[in-house]
Amino acid sequence: MSREAIGPLDYLRRWPLRLWIALVAIFLYAPLITLMAFSFNESKRNIIWTGFTFDWYFKAFRNAGLLEAFTNSLTIAALSTAISVVLGALVAVACWRFRFPFKAGFEGTLALPIVVPEICMGVAMLVFFSRVMPWPAGLPWPLNLGAIIIAHVSFCFPFVAVIVRARLASFNRELEEAAKDLGASEWRSFMDVLVPHMRPALVAGALLAFTLSLDDFVITFFTAGPDTVTFPVKVYSMVRFSVTPEVNAASTVLIVLTVLLTAIGLKLQGREVAKSGGA
Amino acid sequence: MEEDWKRAKGPFAIIFSPPAFWLFLFFVVPLAIVWAYSFGENVGPTTIEISGTFRHYVRAGDPVYLDIFLKSLWMAALTTLLCLIVGFPVALAITFAPDKAKAWLLLLIMLPFWTNLLIRTYALMAVLRREGYVNSGLGWLAEHLGIAFEPLPLLHNNFAVVLGLVYVNLPFLVLPLYAALDRLDRSLLEASLDLGAGHLRTIREIVVPLALPGILSGLLITFIPALGSYLTPDLLGGPDSQMIANVIERQFKRANDWPFGAALSFILMYLTFIAIAGQAVLAGRRRRMMR
Repeated sequence: MSREAIGPLDYLRRWPLRLWIALVAIFLYAPLITLMAFSFNESKRNIIWTGFTFDWYFKAFRNAGLLEAFTNSLTIAALSTAISVVLGALVAVACWRFRFPFKAGFEGTLALPIVVPEICMGVAMLVFFSRVMPWPAGLPWPLNLGAIIIAHVSFCFPFVAVIVRARLASFNRELEEAAKDLGASEWRSFMDVLVPHMRPALVAGALLAFTLSLDDFVITFFTAGPDTVTFPVKVYSMVRFSVTPEVNAASTVLIVLTVLLTAIGLKLQGREVAKSGGA
Repeated sequence: MEEDWKRAKGPFAIIFSPPAFWLFLFFVVPLAIVWAYSFGENVGPTTIEISGTFRHYVRAGDPVYLDIFLKSLWMAALTTLLCLIVGFPVALAITFAPDKAKAWLLLLIMLPFWTNLLIRTYALMAVLRREGYVNSGLGWLAEHLGIAFEPLPLLHNNFAVVLGLVYVNLPFLVLPLYAALDRLDRSLLEASLDLGAGHLRTIREIVVPLALPGILSGLLITFIPALGSYLTPDLLGGPDSQMIANVIERQFKRANDWPFGAALSFILMYLTFIAIAGQAVLAGRRRRMMR
């Protein structure tokens, strides 16, 4: 039989599904690939290919505003990732280890930042930082980014908590008890027994937090002052009315960075999982 | 077993306090203030008095705003449905792919998802605008065929918004769908196919009912961000494609009517919670039926 090679559930080997996946891939990637391709185009009109050039990259790098926004975004992402990983891990451990009053209510509140629409969180941050705790103006860099970092941590660390909590479910509590029986202090048993077990989740959580922070536009848009512009906010003001190759160049840099980070993340995660001997 | 917090008060305080404090001060308090403002009045350019009025909630029922709410719900529902239609076959193929192909296909779906939302929206603008790739491609084709060609209005309308929402949210649905389908017992599908049911019938009568809770939660995960989306309607939409988030933004920025904006924000939050509760009720009812 000629169809013998294709099993009944080998959907991927049937041509209608292959065609469908190819179309979806084109839908998802064609806009991004043309965007990247046209960042190397000589013509400013961005439509007709006239020749290869790196000019737009030089131009984007000489654009002080764009460069500053880029640095700000990376700084904010790095700092808010660091804080989010610590807070997320702590809250995951607290909910995993302890019974305490109103625990269900607390866990529900912790899940809220994940489900609340971005715009609601954005306006909440706008109100908070303009009426309750105004962030002092004119602070030296990177302190001037404090308000944005705080807002980012607030929506990133619950995601980290979810990932770490899932990982803790596979932890054998007796290991920690054994460590304590053998004389390890709380701190030693936390750092030497629990943290190594959590490490793959910490790496995954950090990557997610970094991406979420780098990606965020809406919440930053409401929190940012005129002198604290991030990359998405800057690009927003540039593309509002026009499409220029300079933005293509800057976007290409960020896309390449994202792909690299994803690749590094997948590699790291694979190695961590292999090292800790579990899937 | 979980430990009672009273038996280790010191460690509990050290582990629990920092995140609890952060969550309270930088999330609960800001939301509570917005909630309080939604019952307040503008009494000066920057002062709001909490007077306990429901005026803003009543005003949200005006036909102008009611229309925008209905339209947002409709656009989000349409987006979710289109994502399901486009995403289901993809998730099905990924589920039954060999391991290596599976990893690559998942990466294929995930990678755009990791890419900056603003960049993806901008990329779509370049494709759709009047001098965009679609229009210039069609124009070039028409020129060679000798047909008169008028550029299609693809950008700044409702079509562009829905297309953009599908483009942005598709991975949100494919991943949970894949997770739901992957948990299915394959022998049931094989039995159905062996006993003579076709592929479509097997999907309709075996796959969908069994994976329904996962499918529903995937639909919810797509619907919620689509309902509250700001950037897509703002950049891709025209004057008549505003969604709730755009109206809220205007109240807080240009119109400077914070109490009304606060009321609209909370209505959006309540709609989100209703969607979540609805999904939970549906899933619960199913679980009882299966027992």
